[in-house]
Amino acid sequence: MDSRRAIVVGAGIVGAACARELARAGYSVTVLDSRPPGCGTTAAGMGHVVIMDDSPAQFALTKLSRELWDQLDLPDYGERETRGTLWVAADSEEMDAVRSKHRAYSDQGVDAEILDEHQLAEAEPNLRPGLAGALRVAGDSVVYPPTVVEWLLNDANCDVQQVDVTEIDDNIVTANDGTTLTADVVVNAAGNYALGLLTEPLDIHVIPRKGHLVISERSAGFCNHQLIELGYLKTAHGNHGETNSESVAFNLQPRATGQMLLGSSRQFGKVDSVVDPGVLAKMVNRAMEYMPGIAKLQAVRTWTGFRGATRDNLPIIGPHPTQPHLYIACGHEGLGITTALGTARLIKQFVLKEEPDIDPAPYASARS
Amino acid sequence: MTSSRSDILVVGAGPAGLAAAVTAAETGCQVTLVDDNPHVGGQVWRAERETLPPRAAQWYARARQAKVHMVGGATVVYAPSPHELFAHSVDGAKKFQCEKLILATGAHERFLPFPGWTLPGVVGVGGLQALVKGGLPVVGKRVALVGTGPLLLAVGAFLMQRGAHVLCIAEQARRTRVLAFGASLAWHPRKLREAVKLKRATRPIPRQYSTWPLAIRARSQSLEIDLTRKPESAAAVTKTLECDLIGCGFGVVPDTVLARALGCDLNGEAVRVNDHQQTSIANVYCAGESNGIGGADLALVEGEVAALRACGQTIGRDLQKRLDRGRSFAQGLNDTYQLRDELRHLGQEDTIVCRCEDVPLEHLHPYGSFRDAKLKTRCGMGACQGRVCGGALAFLRGWAPDSVRPPYAPIPMEDFARMCADATT
Ligand SMILES: Cc1cc2nc3c(=O)[nH]c(=O)nc-3n(C[C@H](O)[C@H](O)[C@H](O)COP(=O)(O)OP(=O)(O)OC[C@H]3O[C@@H](n4cnc5c(N)ncnc54)[C@H](O)[C@@H]3O)c2cc1C
Ligand SMILES: Cc1cc2nc3c(=O)[nH]c(=O)nc-3n(C[C@H](O)[C@H](O)[C@H](O)COP(=O)(O)OP(=O)(O)OC[C@H]3O[C@@H](n4cnc5c(N)ncnc54)[C@H](O)[C@@H]3O)c2cc1C
Repeated sequence: MDSRRAIVVGAGIVGAACARELARAGYSVTVLDSRPPGCGTTAAGMGHVVIMDDSPAQFALTKLSRELWDQLDLPDYGERETRGTLWVAADSEEMDAVRSKHRAYSDQGVDAEILDEHQLAEAEPNLRPGLAGALRVAGDSVVYPPTVVEWLLNDANCDVQQVDVTEIDDNIVTANDGTTLTADVVVNAAGNYALGLLTEPLDIHVIPRKGHLVISERSAGFCNHQLIELGYLKTAHGNHGETNSESVAFNLQPRATGQMLLGSSRQFGKVDSVVDPGVLAKMVNRAMEYMPGIAKLQAVRTWTGFRGATRDNLPIIGPHPTQPHLYIACGHEGLGITTALGTARLIKQFVLKEEPDIDPAPYASARS
Repeated sequence: MTSSRSDILVVGAGPAGLAAAVTAAETGCQVTLVDDNPHVGGQVWRAERETLPPRAAQWYARARQAKVHMVGGATVVYAPSPHELFAHSVDGAKKFQCEKLILATGAHERFLPFPGWTLPGVVGVGGLQALVKGGLPVVGKRVALVGTGPLLLAVGAFLMQRGAHVLCIAEQARRTRVLAFGASLAWHPRKLREAVKLKRATRPIPRQYSTWPLAIRARSQSLEIDLTRKPESAAAVTKTLECDLIGCGFGVVPDTVLARALGCDLNGEAVRVNDHQQTSIANVYCAGESNGIGGADLALVEGEVAALRACGQTIGRDLQKRLDRGRSFAQGLNDTYQLRDELRHLGQEDTIVCRCEDVPLEHLHPYGSFRDAKLKTRCGMGACQGRVCGGALAFLRGWAPDSVRPPYAPIPMEDFARMCADATT
């Protein structure tokens, strides 16, 4: 008997993860992307696999996803390293936030430990002295997204085609040369462009949010964890879609190569990929406040990327409200590397009508 | 951060940049000339123990006379706009503001990957000359020069003069083509004189045409190179030479980093210019090898033309004629020394193509573009940002380089942040 057929539009990390889940469920999968795989937002992300607790739904999805990352048998070229995250508290007020974060994580069975000022200084000698402490989340890791995409697609053994899709109407996918493809199931994982491809639009919107990153030359040992200032949580919210809303936060990531990747900024209302010097200056200055030694690291390159943000900062995962063969997986904002695996698992469970691992209601496509 | 403002900023103080700066300054413009090297002169005239060759010295004297503001040892690493550029130097960051910009960033050597090309003692021919000028002793050293073009002869003559034993010049081009090009130099008397002089100076060096390297191996105290000679209509013959140093020169690649960062269109590997050295971006001109390989004389003429246009002057008939002749010479040069197809297949599966990130050729097989290969293999992601492997892959695969992002050369984060904070764009 022929196996059932699925089309995944978009070969970013979300599409690649969905393709693999469906292939493992027995589907014969075709992945369409207008570019080579993993060259969209996925190529711009920092690749931090991190549990976040902005909302219970975010917590559930990141926790599920991190468990799935742990089960993945990634080859070395995925550059996965489990160094843990340090949420850095600058003062006693932020230290209170560390404590409540610690409780939240512990209550949900996620290992986390509070570091005081001295333990923090010992863990990260290059941080400025006098910081209040930190929360260490030891199980968080980092990956290199473009090669992970490549591996996911290879592992799925699916057919990847370079096709520019213009429209998705339930299970009919139209390419820019007018040809159409159909399948039993279609997953729309076209990232920031996903919703624009629908013939039946949704009420919910995904708005691009620009981010800047700088990478240094190799300087192994300069820092040992993924470092994020606690204030990041505030900046990650921002005013949805408000033009010129702009924020920066200290976020430093040691890469498997020994390089340091420095983030991060968030801007709405920007659509070109040009490096914005004002934002970059603020971002690097913020990082140097936390870690003065960054000043002397050699910057090799900068780049920008666009996170697809919904109003409630949760991704869209699940069936289209009116088109029964079509599933949507987009709007992952700054967490899509992490949550790609949980997203793909939920999509598979929708398609196979299985009991979902977590409650999918908060990610429904029929919200606004 | 020091800051300076001028009518015209020239980046690159080789022949093109010097001529542009002098010409513009002599028409009364305020001119700043910046170069990453402490000394003016560019590739060909780079000061040898601080003495310039006479022709260069003349241009230099004129530059001083015309009060060109010369800034050495400063690398332009960020250009938020054609009117605002930042440079990094030992004494900190520098900001340049200008009305018009002339790019004269020259070219750098093209390396081709073949087994052994990364061994110690194997260097670019231009690099070898620079090393010797910088004090590397070569007396009695056995040197093999392989690749293509007149640069092999120039460096051969130079090395002989320094007491090296130049074993051979292996030229990949066909003898008939080189001879035909030589004959065409009758139309370019100055070039002919240079060629005759070079030929005389390199007479003792065995010269082989249609010859190229296959592999280099390290021996305990020396190197061993396999050279293959493939005359038309005859079987290839391979022989092995033992030597101490090997200079490879497969031509040069226009340096277009700054131009691309500003959004200038390219024409193949070079910056696209119109008849007046104007690029596709308003107020940005380009002269010299960054807009096509053609030697120092053409670079000088182009520098003059770019400067006159940038200053709103017309191009005299004589200058136009020199420009046309220079371009026809450049065309002949590039046709004659075009790299042959066989050179595309010298690399083995495990031959390194990206030295910064140690990427072997076999890793690139699945990919169809520089960007895709870069993202998946790290090829071109290192400190040189594809300057070295880019020239190889343009020839091997026809790949256009990936986008340029600041900083254009590695600099400390604090300096970069300072420049960004100071940018008005
Ligand atoms: C600066 C920055 C830092 C980040 N850091 C992190 C981090 O540390 N951790 C984390 O978890 N996440 C991070 N993210 C977020 C993460 O990168 C994204 O959420 C994730 O990559 C989204 O993946 P995707 O597959 O949905 O989108 P994409 O990678 O953009 O994939 C969508 C694909 O669809 C294709 N496509 C679009 N339109 C069409 C069409 N019409 N036809 C055919 N194909 C089409 C595109 O070419 C693209 O390949 C970061 C993002 C940014 C910008
Ligand atoms: C070893 C050698 C010998 C040669 N001999 C001859 C010869 O005998 N006859 C002949 O006709 N040609 C010769 N050539 C070719 C000759 O070098 C070129 O034709 C000529 O130098 C081109 O001039 P240019 O001004 O375009 O570039 P260049 O001379 O290369 O000058 C460009 C300058 O710009 C600087 N620069 C680039 N980017 C930046 C930046 N971002 N910031 C600051 N500065 C920057 C570079 O450091 C360089 O100094 C030789 C070349 C080499 C390498």
